[in-house]
Amino acid sequence: MDGILSWFDYISGRPDEILEETWAHALIVLTAILAAAVFSVLLGILVQRRPVLRAAALSITGIFLTIPSLALFAIFIPIVGVGNRPAIYALFLYSLLPILRNTVTGLDAVPPAVVESARGMGMGPLRQLLQVRLPLAWPIMMTGIRIATLMTVGIAAIAVLVGGDGLGSYIQGGLTRLGLPNSLESVWTGTVFTVLLGLVLDIVLAAVQRATTSRGQRI
Amino acid sequence: MSHDAKIRLEEVEKRYLGTKTPAVASLSLEVKEGEILVLVGPSGCGKSTTLRLINRMIEPTGGRIILDDEDVTKVNPDALRRRIGYVIQQIGLFPHQTIAQNIATVPKMLGWDKARIGERVDELLSVVGLDPETYRDRYPKELSGGQAQRVGVARALGADPEIMLMDEPFGAIDPITRDRLQNEFLRVQETLRKTIVFVTHDVDEAIKMGDRIAILGDQSHIRQIDTPERILAFPVDDFVADFIGSGSTLKGLHFEVVDDNVDLDPYPTMTVGDDPAEALERAHAVHATWVLVLDDEQRPLRWVSTEELGQGTPVTAESGTEVLAKVQLGATLFEALEQMLISEAAVAVVVREDGSYYGVVRLTYLNQQIRRARLEAREHYERMEASS
Repeated sequence: MDGILSWFDYISGRPDEILEETWAHALIVLTAILAAAVFSVLLGILVQRRPVLRAAALSITGIFLTIPSLALFAIFIPIVGVGNRPAIYALFLYSLLPILRNTVTGLDAVPPAVVESARGMGMGPLRQLLQVRLPLAWPIMMTGIRIATLMTVGIAAIAVLVGGDGLGSYIQGGLTRLGLPNSLESVWTGTVFTVLLGLVLDIVLAAVQRATTSRGQRI
Repeated sequence: MSHDAKIRLEEVEKRYLGTKTPAVASLSLEVKEGEILVLVGPSGCGKSTTLRLINRMIEPTGGRIILDDEDVTKVNPDALRRRIGYVIQQIGLFPHQTIAQNIATVPKMLGWDKARIGERVDELLSVVGLDPETYRDRYPKELSGGQAQRVGVARALGADPEIMLMDEPFGAIDPITRDRLQNEFLRVQETLRKTIVFVTHDVDEAIKMGDRIAILGDQSHIRQIDTPERILAFPVDDFVADFIGSGSTLKGLHFEVVDDNVDLDPYPTMTVGDDPAEALERAHAVHATWVLVLDDEQRPLRWVSTEELGQGTPVTAESGTEVLAKVQLGATLFEALEQMLISEAAVAVVVREDGSYYGVVRLTYLNQQIRRARLEAREHYERMEASS
């Protein structure tokens, strides 16, 4: 009970600072997700009907996910320097697989008869893609984006180790001062607000998904 | 080369890479303006492939496709397809678009203005028997199978194409709804007069829908192409005979009608109140065992047996049994046969439009008609052979 009270004391003492770090954290995640979404969707469209390229793209992006996050963040320091940038690059690579896989799966799930009838009415390949295949695959693609977001919100806490911002600074700060006053409160702040940020982002993205999905497709 | 050919295939061939035998081998075919030509054949014969060669969903590897005397073998396929309505069994409505948006697909691509598209959508929904107010803003998932296929047909008619290609359009629909859709479609076609190529594997559907039927064998070889009545009356070889199956004579009865320029057999009749003895005499004269009783307005009323007449009791509107087996002039012989089978006297009573008695159809009459149709069909083929 004492712990919770002192934690409340801790956060009520520095609300602006916490919000600032939360916002910085969100910005790192959203930048990486946005870039990964654009890249993966384009890549997905490109490889979906080409079995060899498709297998290659999925395994390579899969391998990215197996690289330990600490190492992946550090790998980028020599290339892009310290700060938020190596973190964004690392999160970008992590986000590729879920979005790419769902893009491909979403496009696979478009009923062949629908594409056949689109072609039969004289829609060219680009029109088929933009007016039929992408809108139909969209809900599944959007699910991939949500999974990638949830996943990277947690990992983004490591950004602080490569000189970046975000809620990781509370966790790292607390851990280095473990045993001293407010160290645990600091760790909890980083953890709880990371989880809260994840929930808020998912709710926002769910709303976007709903608003951008045709009523005819909702189950 | 006839002048009324709307679609002409000249030695069209489809050969897939790495296969020895072509999927469609040197097919020449003419579809006349305003007719429904049905391609029918066993599965794997290439009938769907043939259909899809016409709008170049499958690119032919040889031969020419000519629409309205224009060679379209090399034109832009998308532009070609916008001129041709296309209906498939799985329908393929766009689930993310409303019914109105679905129907507007081709008009939109052709750049029609909004008002014209809106009018067209409502018009087409009415044509296929769906209320525009109710259905315009619905989504495909809110439709039954039959309704969805109506929308599929409306969408294919979107920009009023002169040609329609239909690939087993009613194949996935329950039999009762299918029958209704077929009838409605034939009624719509009566006014629209589109040139239609229709693929089915169902002989009965082919007979019902086709102005002409092409029976296809392997590699889309045309085994016989003719009107349904002639194919039923005279299948040219065993393949065709096997394919149309048993009962072709019965199916042929659908195409012969009882009209007022045929002489029907005389049958003994009497009016209520006539002398039974006199009527009995008339019946004996033609060796009939039943006499047909008419009312004052010459409408068939009852069957009375000669046995009953022999008892000498006066004939009233309650004598004998009711006349159930009646067909109107213009009915098909199939309907006449059905009535005949349930009739007390084994004949179908033919009445005029006002219900008055015209004559009777007996089994011998059906027999004569069938044999006449067969003879005519055989003579037709003999003449064709002689002239070629």
